[in-house]
Amino acid sequence: MHPAPSVIIFTTLSGLGFGLLYFLGFGTPDVSGITAFVFFAIAFALAIGGLLASTFHLGHPERAWKAFSQWKTSWLSREGVCAVAALSVMGLYAIGVIFLGQQWTLLGVVGSILSLATVFTTSMIYTQLKTIPRWNMWATPAMFITFSLAGGALLAGAESIAPTLLVVAAIVQLIYWVMGDNAFQNAGTDLGTATGLGNRGTVRAFEPPHTGTNYLLREFVHVVGRKHAQKLRAISFALAFVLPILLLILPADGVVLKHILALFAVMSHLTGVAVSRWLFFAQAEHVVGLYYGKR
Amino acid sequence: MNQQPNLNLSPPVSDEIRRTTCYMCACRCGINVHMKDGKVAYIEGNRDHPVNKGVLCAKGSAGIMQVNAPSRLRAPLKRVGPRGSGEFEEISWDEALEIAVGWLKPIREDNPEKLAFFTGRDQSQSFTSFWAQNFGTCNYAAHGGFCSVNMAAGGIYTMGGAFWEFGQPDWDHTKLFMLFGVAEDHDSNPIKMGIGKIKARGARVIGVNPIRSGYNAVADDWVGITPGTDGLFIMSLIHVLMKAGKIDLDYLSRYTNAPVLINASEGPEKGLFLKDDDGKPLVIDRKTGELTAFDKPGVRPDLSATYEKDGVTHRPVFHQMAERYLADEYAPEAIADKCGVPATRIRAIAAELARVAFDEAFELDHEWTDFRGEKHSKMIGRPVAMHSMRGVSAHANGFQTCRALHVLQILLGTVEVPGGFRFKPPYPKPVEAHPTPHCKVTPNTPLDGPHLGFVRGPEHLALKEDGSPARIDKAFTWENPMSSHGLMHMVISNAHAGDPYKIDTLFMYMANMSWNSTMNTKGVMEMLTDKDENGDYVIPRIIYSDAYSSEMVAYADLILPDTTYLERHDCISLLDRPICEAEAAADAIRWPVIEPDRDVRGFQSVLIDLANRMGLPGFTNEDGSAKWTDYADYIVNHERKPGIGPLAGFRGANGDKEGRGEVNPDQLNRYIENGGFYIAHIPDGADYYKPWNNAYQDWAVGMGIYDSPQPYLFQLYSEPMRKFQLAAEGHGERQPPEHLRQRIKDTMDPLPIWYETDQTGSEGFTVNALTQRPMAMYHSWGTQNAWLRQLHGRNPLYVPTKLMREHGLEDGDWAKVSSPHGEITVPVMEMAALNDNTVWTWNAIGKRKGTWALQEDAPEATKGFLLNHLIHELLPPKGDGLRWANSDPITGQAAWFDLKVKIEKAAAPSDAESQPEFDPIKSPVGTGPKNLAWKVGK
Amino acid sequence: MTRLPTSTDRKMGLVIDLDTCVGCHACVISCKGWNTENYGAPLSDQDAYGANPSGTFLNRVHSYEVQPAEGHAQLIHFPKSCLHCEDAPCVTVCPTGASYKRAEDGIVLVNESDCIGCGLCAWSCPYGARELDQAEGVMKKCTLCVDRIYNENLPEVDRVPSCVRTCPAGARHFGDLGDPDSDVSKLVAERDGMDLMPEMGTKPVNKYLPPRPKDKIEEQIDILAPLLAPVAEEPKGFLGWLDKTLEKL
Repeated sequence: MHPAPSVIIFTTLSGLGFGLLYFLGFGTPDVSGITAFVFFAIAFALAIGGLLASTFHLGHPERAWKAFSQWKTSWLSREGVCAVAALSVMGLYAIGVIFLGQQWTLLGVVGSILSLATVFTTSMIYTQLKTIPRWNMWATPAMFITFSLAGGALLAGAESIAPTLLVVAAIVQLIYWVMGDNAFQNAGTDLGTATGLGNRGTVRAFEPPHTGTNYLLREFVHVVGRKHAQKLRAISFALAFVLPILLLILPADGVVLKHILALFAVMSHLTGVAVSRWLFFAQAEHVVGLYYGKR
Repeated sequence: MNQQPNLNLSPPVSDEIRRTTCYMCACRCGINVHMKDGKVAYIEGNRDHPVNKGVLCAKGSAGIMQVNAPSRLRAPLKRVGPRGSGEFEEISWDEALEIAVGWLKPIREDNPEKLAFFTGRDQSQSFTSFWAQNFGTCNYAAHGGFCSVNMAAGGIYTMGGAFWEFGQPDWDHTKLFMLFGVAEDHDSNPIKMGIGKIKARGARVIGVNPIRSGYNAVADDWVGITPGTDGLFIMSLIHVLMKAGKIDLDYLSRYTNAPVLINASEGPEKGLFLKDDDGKPLVIDRKTGELTAFDKPGVRPDLSATYEKDGVTHRPVFHQMAERYLADEYAPEAIADKCGVPATRIRAIAAELARVAFDEAFELDHEWTDFRGEKHSKMIGRPVAMHSMRGVSAHANGFQTCRALHVLQILLGTVEVPGGFRFKPPYPKPVEAHPTPHCKVTPNTPLDGPHLGFVRGPEHLALKEDGSPARIDKAFTWENPMSSHGLMHMVISNAHAGDPYKIDTLFMYMANMSWNSTMNTKGVMEMLTDKDENGDYVIPRIIYSDAYSSEMVAYADLILPDTTYLERHDCISLLDRPICEAEAAADAIRWPVIEPDRDVRGFQSVLIDLANRMGLPGFTNEDGSAKWTDYADYIVNHERKPGIGPLAGFRGANGDKEGRGEVNPDQLNRYIENGGFYIAHIPDGADYYKPWNNAYQDWAVGMGIYDSPQPYLFQLYSEPMRKFQLAAEGHGERQPPEHLRQRIKDTMDPLPIWYETDQTGSEGFTVNALTQRPMAMYHSWGTQNAWLRQLHGRNPLYVPTKLMREHGLEDGDWAKVSSPHGEITVPVMEMAALNDNTVWTWNAIGKRKGTWALQEDAPEATKGFLLNHLIHELLPPKGDGLRWANSDPITGQAAWFDLKVKIEKAAAPSDAESQPEFDPIKSPVGTGPKNLAWKVGK
Repeated sequence: MTRLPTSTDRKMGLVIDLDTCVGCHACVISCKGWNTENYGAPLSDQDAYGANPSGTFLNRVHSYEVQPAEGHAQLIHFPKSCLHCEDAPCVTVCPTGASYKRAEDGIVLVNESDCIGCGLCAWSCPYGARELDQAEGVMKKCTLCVDRIYNENLPEVDRVPSCVRTCPAGARHFGDLGDPDSDVSKLVAERDGMDLMPEMGTKPVNKYLPPRPKDKIEEQIDILAPLLAPVAEEPKGFLGWLDKTLEKL
């Protein structure tokens, strides 16, 4: 798949933002006033910024409001509904925390659940696609949710739980890669089934329908070299998980240093997740590539 | 949004439908042009039309993008920069025509042969030749010589009609259809429709072609033959079938010259037919044993009987055929390796031909009477049909191969019978009914007759008194005696060399001679721009007419811009190449369904204007006034013979006469009302066995196709060819030059033979290289079309798996491909369904930078390439100082497909562009818009 | 409307004969022409005369080489457009309801005024049947010429998709695949019509007729051989046979 910046920014930032909201909803960190404002501002900026980025690739962003209507069937619609619900609930909750010094626990829990649900619906947009075997597995939502939680914990400064969540996310990431690498093969779709000609012999794509490119090729066919991908995986893994965990468990004296290390951990994680998301798209092969002999 | 939108399921389709004839290729389908707000909105096939019956190919449907193409020329152009630069200024029509007259008139007054007028994809040859004849030059032809003259001439000399578009399989009855060397061209839609019909019945298609694409891809059996060996393969089928007695003896004895006796007496008549005093070939009547004229009522010619006189045994043609084709040299085992086809496969195909022709024979209850007066209560069908085209034709042994193929069809008795191959009017038409070539040039006087025709012997060669060629292209000379379509591919080369003489003005129409329509493209560009010692161009003046900014435009001094096909009058005439079907005569028109939005004029109308300005005889009334103001006027009012004009339909004052009839001033309107065409059905019982069927012959006379019935025999043995051999053996007054004597003896065999084409100088070049035209593209025309160019915007060289492995090549690699003449460096792609020793590419995708209104970085100009750079119009020099044409020695057909190359892996060129590259030409029309979203109705 | 209808009254669709398609692209361009002028936004072309021309097409013809274990490689032309699946994933993923399957005939359409151009429907389609028009920003797809097949401004015989009307080889058939007695259903039954990527569970309405077996003529030689029994070995013997045979005629 074409690794469009809009979707990479969207999933990376909103995942992180809703992850932070999840923790804020449970009162982690336990902040109020101006400090709370900063935390909520970061969370909302990430979540809303991500959502806005996702509209960049729309042909008609001005009609985006219509996307709320089909929540009964469409995961994309559900995501929209969930996101608005989560942001509204958490907005109210934030008002309480920041301006009224009130923690409406129930509202916070509902907001947290909605925030995580939003991340889940986002992941399901991809997971539902049988056409992209690398996405069409349970590991996809697992990855989105564990990433969101780990990132959220990191941002929330939940020292106690963040390293554990990072380790879990790291394991899920590895599982995702291992499963993903075999997913296309296991899906059983090949040029033979795509053309129905597989029982006659070895099928090879000959002349493409047009000598030039087209929307499908631009959108769905992106070739990443195997070595290149391995390198990026290593970088992504190191930045997203290894370094943040090290930075968190490093014995550090002093609040300032701790905050600096935490900031580095967050930045490192964010970059690592973005690289992982780039790979998530770039390495995902759409079955339509078969018709063009691109697999 | 929980309800389905309420759609308007019956939106208006168009304001009006204008029905005319397509010109996106040579197929001439009927089209419905849907108009909205006076603009072309959509084009579809015309269901009533005899050619396409409603279907339409990609080109036809893309016509809307041709009419809107940014490459359309806008006004007459006068060259202001050097030739080849593309620097022009737009001038008025008056100025353009005065310039042309200023050049042409003195030529006509002085020596008309100094004008060479050649047209390319011209569909008005009966008119353009009429113009040239009245101008008085002998130098006229269209592009048949580099297209497929072998196919046309081979067919007409053998059976009075050819494949091409002059005949068709009996699609409704055929059970076995065999294609030889057919790429996706003539006859485009009808063949697809026919194959569809055959496939729907589950009947068998056999494709003989080195490349398994297109029609060969859907063939049930594929024969991936070695190029140039089709003749051998066919003769092997003949060998096996004759040996097994699987031939139609009754048919051969009645309708062919197989029983005709050949003179065996030594002397100038040896090998010619025994004839009676009326010149009629003689046979032995099997009933009486008497020597008799072949066509005498009641005669049953004997295929076997000989005739003794003065101690000499005169034997029939069939004896010679048996002797030749039963020889072991044609056994499948003897030729299998050469053809690249296993012997078992050849035998299996022969057996299948025999099975279908004889075991699946059927009868139609059509009564008919043959030319000997014999009544037949039924028609016997042999459901084997064949079709062949350029792959067989464009070899230097192509004429004999075409003849061999017809001999195979005739031996099986499958020509003009139900289920077999059928002619379309005006065919069948024997050689005797065609004109002979004329070449007598007299200042200020028309030529002494039609330029092109069919020679019957050396007496019809186009030679001057001193024996030198009369024509600039050397057509109808000892180098290629039967060159019925001329040799357009030699015109520029010969004019540049001054061989046989120099010319003054080259006038061309729709022929992209400085690019894809020529061999030796680079050389031709040099010839067109070459200057003599005085600094003048060697070819002094060039006038060119085209509708589009083609590569050739830059090489002309004066451009007369043509219209597109939807902006003009045309006629697809029975005098020319009509649109008939096997069961009907039909012709058609084009008419301006839209008016040009530019200062352009239909070329034929421009020719009339020029003729009027020069006062050419055929165009001028006795009082000196012009006969016709434009082409539409000519189409309606010209009479070739009394009552016979360009259009056969709606003749007579009331428009109720067909074929023959006086001029009808309302004729064009009647055609328009009728969908742009006219069709006259052949009556039942006249629709098969046409060459011998009295009912057909009478109908054809009524239609004006013949002046009198013309029944004839199929010429398995070609007497005209034997006459050339006799000359080469020293008989007769007209004698060939010594250097050609042996070649004429060898190649002009009156019974089909196969010979290896001249490969002198090709040592070390062992891979066959071919081109074919994609179905969705028509030569260069498609490239300017925004929709079609997306289908084929560049062309790789397709290389068989075996050669890919041998040379360590992978898809996208580059290869240097060289011939004795030149080299190109191009991208390659693997193809498994390809003859092991053949490479090929799509023809004419590659374009010169700056042409066709494309951006200079268009893939056509950077990746696309021409194989033409590797093909020379001449054979490599033999050291005798002579210029030997790379053509069939019988017809002069350009031998494109004899090309042999060497292939080597190469590094990608530094700019990743196919080599050779040429400097950009300055575009006289700029380039096209960036984006398109063409919707006419809002 | 992104919920699929539980059943449709008819299942209109195409049957494409791979044994007959010669790969001429007639259907591609006819479709381009009709659908540029008709339903919704025109099918635009970017860089139309430049280095990288790329336009919207609703129907494209691929080609594949098949190398059997033994014998010659085969070339198969393969037209592909929307298969109007019964279980069309492109419909259910649509967030706005622009994508829908018609209850009356099963045609899958995009209501362009509701389309936000998110592209998710194209992502969900295994067949590459949907293309986002770059000029209009809306998703384009085969409409089965819904504006032709019921169009009372067209003669009845022309009420078929433009690709079917134009196909020179007659390799495209249109009809109700939900009716077992329809011509198309019979064709599918006779010729073992197949689904593309059945494992995707999309239940395509359009069917493909597989190419008939190829290059079998040599296998028939044993049956055919008697036809080729020589009448004579030498030309002389042949003339003897000729005489005898002519006697019988």
